[in-house]
Amino acid sequence: MDAHATPTTAAADEPSHPSSGTYVKIGLVLFVLTALEVGLYEFTYGEHAGATGHALQPFFVPLLLALSAAKFALVAMFYMHLKQDHRLFSGLLIFPLIIATVVILALIVLEAYHFAFARSG
Amino acid sequence: MSDHAAAAHLETSTGLDSRKLAIWTFIGSECLFFATLISNYLVHKETWLSGPGPFPHEVWKSPSGQVFEPIIEIPLVTLGTALLLFSSLFVVLALANAQRGNRRGLLTWLAATLFCGIFFVGMQVYEFTHFVHKGLTLKTNLFGASFFVLTGFHGTHVTIGVIWLLTLWILGLRGKLPAEKSLNLEIAALYWHFVDVVWIVIFPVVYLIQ
Repeated sequence: MDAHATPTTAAADEPSHPSSGTYVKIGLVLFVLTALEVGLYEFTYGEHAGATGHALQPFFVPLLLALSAAKFALVAMFYMHLKQDHRLFSGLLIFPLIIATVVILALIVLEAYHFAFARSG
Repeated sequence: MSDHAAAAHLETSTGLDSRKLAIWTFIGSECLFFATLISNYLVHKETWLSGPGPFPHEVWKSPSGQVFEPIIEIPLVTLGTALLLFSSLFVVLALANAQRGNRRGLLTWLAATLFCGIFFVGMQVYEFTHFVHKGLTLKTNLFGASFFVLTGFHGTHVTIGVIWLLTLWILGLRGKLPAEKSLNLEIAALYWHFVDVVWIVIFPVVYLIQ
């Protein structure tokens, strides 16, 4: 038996996707978040960064990662339709993402430990 | 329509379309692929001993006395990033038009997506050429090697996406992408969005974080 439904049936059975207006709004939010990322960089480390910018430096990386995570979530939920589609698809993205995050953190910690150990002799 | 009701019409072991399940599995594996490249970059970016370094606003002097100017051009990369984000919007609008059977809308938004994708690839080619002229190659230092491998693999993914979408645009132009076959575009669009979300991570990690 054919593994796929007929195209007509498949198209008709698709869960309803957001409207074009929603897509445009999400696009504008993504653009604003990107502008905030670059603005934050210029304000904190740019050529004309002032005293307030220097004071923000300890929060720079967490803020940037939060903005990046927000953009990632918006694209995945609305443009990739994970908000409407079957939960299995969300699982197929989220489970590897968790492993990926653990791999990145583990390697950073391992390398930091290596350098601290190497420098201390 | 609920997922269960939709699944009831699909005669597969999961009740889901196999092609869509395959692309999501592929995307999951790609997450791990890019995670290793990002880790590699983060671990090695500050261990260079010669040649230009990663910091965009700092002039760096090597132990041998060589002075290296900053090489990363944030305004250009920001423009590329914005266009890649907009391309995600354009491809989803193309998909909405394909699902409605609006061929003109499909072709217009898909062409806009292709324009953004081609601009992004062009931006990367310019950036890589600029870096090589400034003395940073794959062999110069660990920063160069990890930078070129990470952004190069992403650029390759964008190029593959451009070729895939161009193929669908030609099919649409010939009238071979009707509403019933919109899943073909949806699968390509999922790949394109993934390429976009990878850049959403790479952009701050490589270009903004000091």
